[in-house]
Amino acid sequence: MSTKTFKVKVKRQDEAASASYWQTFDVDYTPNMNVISTLQKIAAKPVTADGKDVAPVVWDCGCLEEVCGACTMVINGRACQACSTLVDDLLEEASVIQIEPMSKFPVVRDLWVDRARMFNNLKRIKGWVPTDGTYDLGAGPQETQEEQDLRYAYSRCMTCGCCLEACPQFTKDNDFMGAQIFAQTDYFNSHATGKLLADDRLDVIMGEGGISDCGNSQNCVQVCPKELPLLNAIASVGRQATIYSIKRFFTGKK
Amino acid sequence: MSDHPRVIVVGGGLAGLAATVRIAEQGVPVDLFSMVPVKRSHSVCAQGGINACNEVARQQGYSEWQHMDETLYGGDFLNHQPPVYEMTHWAPKIIDLLDRMGVPFNRTAEGFRDLRLFGGSLFKRTHFSGASTGQQLLYALDEQTRRYEDKGLVENYEFWEFLWPVLDENGVCKGIIAQDQRTMEMKAFRADAVVMATGGCGVVYGKSTMSVICTGAAAARCYEAGVKLGNPEMIQVHPTAIPGEDKCRLMSESARGEGGRVWVPRKKGDDRKPTDIPEEERWYFLEERYPKYGNLVPRDIATREIFSVCEEGYGVGGGRMAYLDITHLPIETKDKLAAILEIYEKFTGDDPRFVPMKIFPAVHYSMGGLYTEYEAEERLPVPGDKLDKVWGMKDGDPKNMMTNVEGLYAFGEVNYQYHGATRLGANALLSCIFDGLFCGSSVANYVKACEDKAADKPEALYQKFLDQEKAKIDKLINMNGKFNPYEIHARLGDEMTASCTVVKNEERMLQCYEALKEMKAQYKDIKLSDTGDYTNANLVFSRALGDMIVYAEAILLASIERKESRGSHFRSDFPDRIDDPFHKTAVCSYDVENDKPILEWEDVPLHMVELRKRDYSK
Repeated sequence: MSTKTFKVKVKRQDEAASASYWQTFDVDYTPNMNVISTLQKIAAKPVTADGKDVAPVVWDCGCLEEVCGACTMVINGRACQACSTLVDDLLEEASVIQIEPMSKFPVVRDLWVDRARMFNNLKRIKGWVPTDGTYDLGAGPQETQEEQDLRYAYSRCMTCGCCLEACPQFTKDNDFMGAQIFAQTDYFNSHATGKLLADDRLDVIMGEGGISDCGNSQNCVQVCPKELPLLNAIASVGRQATIYSIKRFFTGKK
Repeated sequence: MSDHPRVIVVGGGLAGLAATVRIAEQGVPVDLFSMVPVKRSHSVCAQGGINACNEVARQQGYSEWQHMDETLYGGDFLNHQPPVYEMTHWAPKIIDLLDRMGVPFNRTAEGFRDLRLFGGSLFKRTHFSGASTGQQLLYALDEQTRRYEDKGLVENYEFWEFLWPVLDENGVCKGIIAQDQRTMEMKAFRADAVVMATGGCGVVYGKSTMSVICTGAAAARCYEAGVKLGNPEMIQVHPTAIPGEDKCRLMSESARGEGGRVWVPRKKGDDRKPTDIPEEERWYFLEERYPKYGNLVPRDIATREIFSVCEEGYGVGGGRMAYLDITHLPIETKDKLAAILEIYEKFTGDDPRFVPMKIFPAVHYSMGGLYTEYEAEERLPVPGDKLDKVWGMKDGDPKNMMTNVEGLYAFGEVNYQYHGATRLGANALLSCIFDGLFCGSSVANYVKACEDKAADKPEALYQKFLDQEKAKIDKLINMNGKFNPYEIHARLGDEMTASCTVVKNEERMLQCYEALKEMKAQYKDIKLSDTGDYTNANLVFSRALGDMIVYAEAILLASIERKESRGSHFRSDFPDRIDDPFHKTAVCSYDVENDKPILEWEDVPLHMVELRKRDYSK
């Protein structure tokens, strides 16, 4: 059997502080491959196309079902999950597959980036429902199926970072929070108990790096792999912020 | 932070997070260790739902008691009954709690939580949030954990790997050794109790429906350090998964619960497109053989049936695949399943709304795991209970779900309790959260009463274990052998899948045993392709490989010695369930001297429900 191979160009970086460089690998083709299985093949035998033994490529991944959000990278110029990106589709667009880490987060090594900023921002906006503890206190508030539909759409955000990678306002060294946080703010503010912290969240959203920095480029909604209603979230949170600021003005609250 | 008592939780899935929240809530600080940011734990992949009796089910004649009965019957009576009693009776409260935490459960017209059907039951009692229930539940607990993190009661060690439990001179667990996968820094951490909530061991089988971190290595390390294993041979193979190059992707049972039908062409080797095969030429073998349950038979049965019709040559185009068909369902139902249908479409390119899905069984869930105990308590019955006296677990007892090593607990999938010989669909999420909440109190009580504080232990104790782990790594990195760890792993997966999944027989398993011995020898002669001291994923994987082989031996030994068929463990050479002598727990301990598992059989106490034949065909 003749083996068909294809070329993969990987942007590498040995450590957080070191410079990046490119390496090209020849990978044996098998049907139905995705980018993860491509990387697995490289990891098992890390030899470059020109025959040099190198350290295996490092990347982050988990479930490989596009639910955990771990394996986001920039593949052929697009931020997406490596698990659900199929080699056949990529080879249709270009003869060499190009894989690089997301550019808006600090690189840990190779394709692995540190997305702690996203989780820290969740802490800033108090991204939780303030329950009275885990005791048996009966059911939560009733809601309609329509309300559930909207909250469900938001609840599928897997903190993958695609929206931030695509956002022109979000950079490595500013503190813009981005679409992910606006969607989560709307998510918690739309829950009957969650909204008890709405003012606290809006204080954050109206502060530095908040909603007023959004340039409304709408890139985020185009790249979100879970099709979250991000524009809706930005509009809704913006509206809540306006109402809250008027309220704040008239009540003299700082 | 050095305030004591404090607890270490290893694993940030449903069980680990529920435990963390419960323990922190009682004022005990928690150090939470996870290989990944906890929001990315594998529980996120659970799709179908979570079981609990509710008012609607109750008024159709369902009860917590029946939920318990279904769990015991489904588990082929290998489960201990008091913990199952407790879990099923807690289930409605757990759903309420999750609801309060903001989980977007699907709703009825009136705004109540909706229910769906699931395998192993004829009642609708499965609560769900679209077809990504695990994700929503995990996120809710993740949010509550973040809240405690914000309050300073939880310290998060993400990207840290558990290496070994620290046991003092009395054999009591007083902390762990862990390593940061980024800086490769190793450290000893003190704790007055340690909760292992590290999930299943699917990666032992190479390809499974589990995440790449579900190697079972943490459980294997505890086992090597002296914790017993319970029923390691009980590995559930999920009937419907999408076979893939890198892994098998789960296609939830909710597809069948919502009316999905499993079929193959009636004619062997028929390679027409499924949409070209007329109704009368389709063989709905589950509906034919199990008229009452139809497509909702429990997983082990569906798995075996799909496997065997394919073996007989009826698979799609003669291959090892069957159809899971939801094309006939109404749009609203397809919408409820959107999350899983999208996955199928993304990974195969076919839209399952119009074309039947091609599926095959894949390794999915470990019913066995670390052996644990509990304190049973006699109770007065509640409405629905069928006896005058019932047995549950004693609330808050420090013994609940503690392993045979004092101070070391096991919660969730890594805990062998609750599921018996087969896990009933939608019971896993329940058991994980139940363990975390119910037994979290037990842990808090244990550490509060503990007088021999970890904080007072000599530094030398921790240094000893730290040195031991450092030595292991030095040895591994400096090996310059012939074998590639990834190739050994591929063989381990192939061997275990071929001998120890849907159908087992002695001859093939003994062959696998020999292969394991060979792999063990090869493992002592490997070469790592990365010998660096920064984010060395190669080291992390290769170290886990050694532990996976040790764990595989225990799975295999118990599979060989259990000369009967029970639930997910099906022996073609012993096709019947044999209660005498096998209505017992297989308990494996690790013989350090000889590097091999020792198996003992332990009686399963019967408390409430008598043994009966498990038969879903009538």
